[in-house]
Amino acid sequence: MSRIQRIRKGADIRLEGRPADTVSEAPSAHVYAVKPPDFIGVVTKLAVRVGDNVKAGSTLFYDKKTPSVKYSSPVAGTIKDIVRGAKRRILAIEIEADSENSYCDFGVLDVSKSNRDQILSRVLESGMFPFFRQRPFDVVANPDDLPRSIHVSAFDSSPLAASTFVALDGRLADFQIGIDALTKLAGEGGVHLGLRSSDTTLAGVKNCRVTYFEGPHPAGNVGVQIHHTAPLNKGVVVWTISPQDVANLGTLLKSGKYIPSRVVACGGSECKNPQHVLTLSGASISSIVDVPSKAHNGDEVRVISGSPLTGDQVSKDGYLGAYHSAIALLPEGHDPKFLLTTGWLGLGLDRFSLSKSFLTWLMPKRSEWVLDTNMGGEERAFVVTGQYEKVFPMDIYPVHLIKSIIVNDIDSMEKLGIYEVAPEDFALCEYGCTSKIPVQKIVREGLDNLRNELG
Amino acid sequence: MKALHKIISSIKPHFEEGGKLAKFWVVFDSLETFTFTPGHVTKNGSHIRDGIDLKRTMFFVIVALLPALLFGTWNIGDQYFASTGESADFLAKMMIGAVKVVPLIVVSYGVGLGIEFFFAAKRGHGINEGFLVSGMLIPLIMPVDVPLWMVAVAVAFAVIIGKEVFGGTGMNIVNIALTSRAFLFFAYPKQMSGEIWIHDVAASKGGGLLVDGTTGATALGYLASTVGEVVDTPAVQGVMNMFEAGGMFSLHNCLLGTIPGSIGETSVIAILLGAVILIVTGIGSWRIMASFLVGGLVMGLIFNLLGLNGFMTLGPLHQIVIGGFMFGMVFMATDPVTAATTNTGKLIYGFLGGFFSIMIRVFNPAYPEGVMMAVLFMNVMAPMIDHYVLQANINRRQKRLQNI
Repeated sequence: MSRIQRIRKGADIRLEGRPADTVSEAPSAHVYAVKPPDFIGVVTKLAVRVGDNVKAGSTLFYDKKTPSVKYSSPVAGTIKDIVRGAKRRILAIEIEADSENSYCDFGVLDVSKSNRDQILSRVLESGMFPFFRQRPFDVVANPDDLPRSIHVSAFDSSPLAASTFVALDGRLADFQIGIDALTKLAGEGGVHLGLRSSDTTLAGVKNCRVTYFEGPHPAGNVGVQIHHTAPLNKGVVVWTISPQDVANLGTLLKSGKYIPSRVVACGGSECKNPQHVLTLSGASISSIVDVPSKAHNGDEVRVISGSPLTGDQVSKDGYLGAYHSAIALLPEGHDPKFLLTTGWLGLGLDRFSLSKSFLTWLMPKRSEWVLDTNMGGEERAFVVTGQYEKVFPMDIYPVHLIKSIIVNDIDSMEKLGIYEVAPEDFALCEYGCTSKIPVQKIVREGLDNLRNELG
Repeated sequence: MKALHKIISSIKPHFEEGGKLAKFWVVFDSLETFTFTPGHVTKNGSHIRDGIDLKRTMFFVIVALLPALLFGTWNIGDQYFASTGESADFLAKMMIGAVKVVPLIVVSYGVGLGIEFFFAAKRGHGINEGFLVSGMLIPLIMPVDVPLWMVAVAVAFAVIIGKEVFGGTGMNIVNIALTSRAFLFFAYPKQMSGEIWIHDVAASKGGGLLVDGTTGATALGYLASTVGEVVDTPAVQGVMNMFEAGGMFSLHNCLLGTIPGSIGETSVIAILLGAVILIVTGIGSWRIMASFLVGGLVMGLIFNLLGLNGFMTLGPLHQIVIGGFMFGMVFMATDPVTAATTNTGKLIYGFLGGFFSIMIRVFNPAYPEGVMMAVLFMNVMAPMIDHYVLQANINRRQKRLQNI
């Protein structure tokens, strides 16, 4: 039961500093953090206070709207601080780790002999549930929904991404338990697994519908895979979960321990030793990777938790995002660029571009690029057309959808396919946009507005 | 380049809020960002960005216009000396051309950018680079002897009524350059026809210097005179002979562009050079150009088969190399703001544009410039085409979802 789906539209941006296929174990961090803003749609209700002692798996906070969704501590330790921002919004709960890790015991569960409710309540109780996200809206899933299907993309096609092959090495048994659990959680649509045809590690996985995807980024985006295997319409809800979290789910059910382990790809042109690092979700950046004080161009270093196309900018003493399995170190681009050399009239041999007006398209496909964070121009009105369509592999008109979001025309948004998309699906559109439109931000706001509107 | 940046940074405070020249912030800002791509960095979302911006995009369109501009400049001189029967060298021809073209460009940019700066300052945003192209297109679609004040009025009309009232760059319904041309065409019909296509042809005629047979009319002007006449009258045959091999408007001359006409429109080869630049860089839509070409050929072929008048007997290939067809196809119909925005829509839009171009010029000799009318008409129709393409997408997606 497998088929091959070719994705033609898109682009692979090959950045310098690709992580090697080796995994080293990170020294256990002193401080971990769980950041409520990572979990979109949650209204935080704290369950701990500063100074409380927690175990790995103890509830730190829960969702005010659906209190059954609990968010747990990745390690045992003491609550060090609760960081708040504007309007006392909780930004992070910092946990100072004990030298010895101790776990809450959620008990062993045999998936084959358990029903949906038993598995779901175990997932909720342990704090594993927030790793399920739902389409539409790309927010934390709602445990009261019965998802039509559950989708797992087993590869990340974005630049400098972690290799699933490396990340799941030795964890296939747990991954299979996780998939078995997902089949119980999913509705009639079952579990869909998207694989790279070249990657045979997960080829033997059972109890799911496998689709092989070929082609450039965003072929690995779960939204693109859903669109090409079992598209969404209004009223249909599906869940998505990352492959590493499927394995973590398997570990939880097998051992009764909540261990949000993460193999993180550390890369980028400023990363001295690009490789994979084994750590836990919420670990401090400094425990995972050495951030140089200056980039090669003399500018500062941008630390990105997640992919350079979609991730979050974090400070050197920040923490890994909950859903992230990559850290990219890129040079900032504060230096103004003179028009004839590196600016808007340059030949463009130094800058990877989706536009053929730069000569990069004549360079060998294997070249790797060093890109900084410069905007490469100023924001302008929408002028150029046909650009987004080239890197947006869905049967959706991206520009028209975005325009309908900008004018907040809910009827048009629904018709043009907003239920199928997430901001990450527009990352390449944003990268290549001539007018420098903040596309992902617009899509996120559109999804939030629509969700509020629908109640 | 650090030194230059230092100088710019040092005078910047004068233009910032509270500075003496704060009113001219827009001017300063546009010049600063012209020389240096600013050091703005991304926040969240995509942390890395493509180097392509609107400046580069527009610059490539101007590069694509250069062959037509240079040829047009030379052709002004060539046509002038041909009409007086004098022989002249390349430089003399270019000089005559430059004397006519440079003031046109200066007036077009001066008036247009002046208005743009004013609106940008009023609205508090940076200059959109769109007018860099419009300002170059306008001189190229003007007859050589058009009075400068008329160009100034036309540009002002096009920028204010055609663009700024709709909200500025990216918001206009119809093509700016064609709006200016249409304005002149309807507001000053007398001045926009007759003896303006060859430099000083009226004066040469008055002085008795004109070579016999030269009237200064364009190919379309001659052909329009055949409409409504019986095909085999001597007058019509005389006109049609000009389009035979060796005639004034032979296929060879039309391809090369050594014929009277608007400054930039005559040379098919120069225009196609521009088309190659636009298509290779992906800045101009090949879909629109290709379908526009097909549309024109199809209409030309239909007319040719009917052959009801002299104009119709002209071959389809000859139809598309005269008048503004090629220039309109490459530089006007492809304007991304006013064209259809969906890929399917572009094919329909282009085809109908080319189709109507030939239809209008043949059916209504009062509008010899059918391309202008056709593109403006299709500009207005483009949103409707897109609407139906989107509707088809919506229906298809709904159907597909029900089939699962």
